[in-house]
Amino acid sequence: MKNDILNQSVSQKSPPLSVQDLWVEYKIERGMVKAVRGVNFDLRKGESLSLIGESGCGKTTLGLALIRLLVKAATIRQGQITYRRDGRTTDVLALKERDMRYFRWRECAMVFQSALNAFNPVLRIWDQIYDTIKAHDGMSRDQARESALRLLGYVQLDPERVIDAYPHELSGGMRQRVLLAMSLLLDPQILILDEPTTALDILTQRTILDLMKRLKAEMGFSMIFISHDLSIAAELADRVATMYAGGIVELGPVNDIFYRPAHPYTLGLIRAVPTVTGEFEDLVSIPGSPPDLIDLPSGCTFHPRCPYTTDRCRAEEPVLTLYEEDHAVACFHSDQVRREADVMWKQQDHHAAGDM
Amino acid sequence: MAEYLIETRNLTRTFGSRREKVTAVDNVSLGIHEGEVVCLVGESGCGKTTTGKMIAGLLQPTAGQVLYRGRDVWAQDKNSFKDYRLGVQIVHQDPYASLNPSHTIYQILSAPLLHHSLATDRREARERVAKLLGIVDLTPVEDFLTKYPHQLSGGQRQRVSVARAITVDPSFIVADEAVSMVDVSIRVGLLNMLSRLKEELGVTFLFITHDLAVAKFFAWEGRIAVMYVGSLVEVASTPQLVNDPLHPYSKALLAAVPEADPVLTRHKERVRLRSQDIPSLLDLPSGCRFHPRCPFFEEGLCDVEWPALAPVGDGRYVACHRAAQG
Amino acid sequence: MTETTVRGTRTTFHWIGGLFLALGTFLKNMSRNKIGFLGFLMFIGFVLLTTVGPKLVPEANRADLTAIYQPPSREHPMGTDSQGKDIWAQIVHGGLDILEMALLTGVISTFIGITLGSLSAIIGGRLDSFLTTLADVWLTIPRFPLLAVLATLIQLNSVVMLALILSVLSWAGLYRAIRAQVFSLKERDYVEAAVALDMGLRHIIFSEIMPNMMSYIAISFTFSMTAAIYAQVGLVFLGLVPLTRNWGVMINLAWTQGAIFFRDSVYFIMMPVTAIALFQLSIVWMSRSLEEVFNPRLRSR
Repeated sequence: MKNDILNQSVSQKSPPLSVQDLWVEYKIERGMVKAVRGVNFDLRKGESLSLIGESGCGKTTLGLALIRLLVKAATIRQGQITYRRDGRTTDVLALKERDMRYFRWRECAMVFQSALNAFNPVLRIWDQIYDTIKAHDGMSRDQARESALRLLGYVQLDPERVIDAYPHELSGGMRQRVLLAMSLLLDPQILILDEPTTALDILTQRTILDLMKRLKAEMGFSMIFISHDLSIAAELADRVATMYAGGIVELGPVNDIFYRPAHPYTLGLIRAVPTVTGEFEDLVSIPGSPPDLIDLPSGCTFHPRCPYTTDRCRAEEPVLTLYEEDHAVACFHSDQVRREADVMWKQQDHHAAGDM
Repeated sequence: MAEYLIETRNLTRTFGSRREKVTAVDNVSLGIHEGEVVCLVGESGCGKTTTGKMIAGLLQPTAGQVLYRGRDVWAQDKNSFKDYRLGVQIVHQDPYASLNPSHTIYQILSAPLLHHSLATDRREARERVAKLLGIVDLTPVEDFLTKYPHQLSGGQRQRVSVARAITVDPSFIVADEAVSMVDVSIRVGLLNMLSRLKEELGVTFLFITHDLAVAKFFAWEGRIAVMYVGSLVEVASTPQLVNDPLHPYSKALLAAVPEADPVLTRHKERVRLRSQDIPSLLDLPSGCRFHPRCPFFEEGLCDVEWPALAPVGDGRYVACHRAAQG
Repeated sequence: MTETTVRGTRTTFHWIGGLFLALGTFLKNMSRNKIGFLGFLMFIGFVLLTTVGPKLVPEANRADLTAIYQPPSREHPMGTDSQGKDIWAQIVHGGLDILEMALLTGVISTFIGITLGSLSAIIGGRLDSFLTTLADVWLTIPRFPLLAVLATLIQLNSVVMLALILSVLSWAGLYRAIRAQVFSLKERDYVEAAVALDMGLRHIIFSEIMPNMMSYIAISFTFSMTAAIYAQVGLVFLGLVPLTRNWGVMINLAWTQGAIFFRDSVYFIMMPVTAIALFQLSIVWMSRSLEEVFNPRLRSR
């Protein structure tokens, strides 16, 4: 089985989260939007997995599906989401709504994209924290307050000052840190973050990124973060999954993805994102635009924009298969992509690519 | 020294009442030559958009001047002002708000042509609109003329915005975060198109952005001006700034940006700031605005004396006591 | 045939074709909202009833005291009133006044609201301060008692007169709403772009701002119609307006003659009340569709 092959090393023995063949679609006036198509991956213990993709690739839908917070119009057509902790195995899709509420926040917490606006402006931070805990069947009021203060300190905020403040009294960066603290309150095993630093300034973003690294190291949770920003993945991720048109097209360790990509889309993204320090790099754009999730192209969904397209690509959709150790890709021309990538990194005289 | 196409002298803009005055832009002096690309870089609230709007004449300065081809734009006669108006155009950030949702693409692009008699009848207008769409790579043209903005993607809408800006053949374009809300893979195409405008039509650019990587790519042969809390802190050519920043804030920015290269970004040397707090515009720090956060803070100097933007040789300017000392 | 005639004919066909296309699109968009479309049909029904109806149904002029307060029958589908006159005929003939006045008031007050609201928001400054203060004061004036007082001073015997007075009395609400809308619209990026392109004030108001307010204007129009109908019916009910036999007058007569107290006479009062209520309902329901009609996002080719 594909999944078995993908999980071979020791640390992958019982991953906290396994997603198998997940399909999510939702109906709008124009037709059926196939937002998530046959997604397979594991989230390993203590790792940070980055889902990279551009607007309309289904990554947010996937994140929401993991904690079953999709809109009413969306349906999980098929698939399995398995959660494991301390020897217990849970089938997430089979949970009843009440158990689901327990699952959310206690086992798996999510910080949303528009999180900075997630606060109720007329409530103090403490009230919102306590409301959240109460809703998810947590601890006593005193315990909660103690934990809240501790976590607020953890995220480098002044606990006493922040806990009694109103949201508008805090800056965007501070609010993001409060949300991170809140998400960790009930000691979840998994943290899902959707565009955690998008609305933040460079310096604030840096603080949050460093904070996330520290928190993960100290508290040991596993993290999935969803972003369109490759540089965030380069900064934080252990493994990266590139998503395109609802499917994962490449999945592997971060250095593999960046220095030895095997999918044309991944390569295209890397070539389209400039670095700041260093010499000037010529950028190449990916021609065309993302496909309509209602009316997908035949065969490989990327073929209309791909320079390596052949007839096979137009007819047959490639499946995510192992290309080298712990590195899977859904493409018929990975070797060509790899050669191209090598050339590109050599041209940039990149020392790391040579080492790795 | 060649004349500037656009120059600002002590450009200042305040908001609010006399009691609660906020200085969004504080004495910004910058000169841009014809054919140049200058990137205005800074974090949110630094005043870069306000500066851009003043340069485009969409906001009047409370003090200081904006000069277009050597003339103070707010002190000239109506005809000269009209030349300036049409000579400087703007491209906005949000593709979902920059085009009128009730107009077709044809209507959006033909309106300025017909209004300014750049096309005398419908046939000529259609020809010119087709040409404009070709310049911004929206082809085949027929596919776009009768569409409404909501039927186009974000990147396509930005192209229409650019096409609209060049209907009146401007000399100068202020691009206010013009690619920030567009997908990464689309961004490059837009930037390359804008570069072509520079090369083929000779348009001068003021490119406002918070994204240093975009600034580096677009203005590699130009200059970057860094703003902090309303003032310019450093002006240098792009290669100079990116590889050898002088102002501590510039250093911090460049060190803080994550790079799309795992080894590079994880081994990047960070600049530790003394404080995370961004100063409130209502209660600015004394002396150098950056001093509460600056790792090179010198008590008695930086919190007392305001560092003016001074030339430090090689065409560079820095507003820092330490950097000015060399 | 000369060149110009051929071209002329072709242009005419173009126009007719365009008209049909516009009508078709209009109907399609109207029908997007089921309730809205129902309201629209009801509204059209009422319009036909009150305009074409009187030509088909004879006026109930003859009093027949032997047929007082008769329940609905084949001869009298809605029964008869206190004088034996057919209620159905009175309903048919009594709606035109109301309709005319509602439409006229709607037009005039919306016009005043748009003009003053837009100018206020765009020009700003002292004009804005003055008009806003004036509107604030105006809104505190109790409209109905004022109308009642005016009714005793001026001869409110014409529809136009009544429409004008009602419009003048109710401009303040619409003014504020339109002003707020224009305020928000004029900050849009595309308006700023139009300024940069030196398109001129007229273009900005009529081409950039107004089209994006159309659904808002249309809905405000419908609500000023309903308000006008209430005002008129109220005045007539109180006997302050010497108008001819319209629905409001019918209610007044029925009331003064104690029609609510008898089981047989209840039709006399209930029919005009129902007619007014249904007419109002049709307008309110129809406004739901108007939003769809004016929404450019639904236009596609």
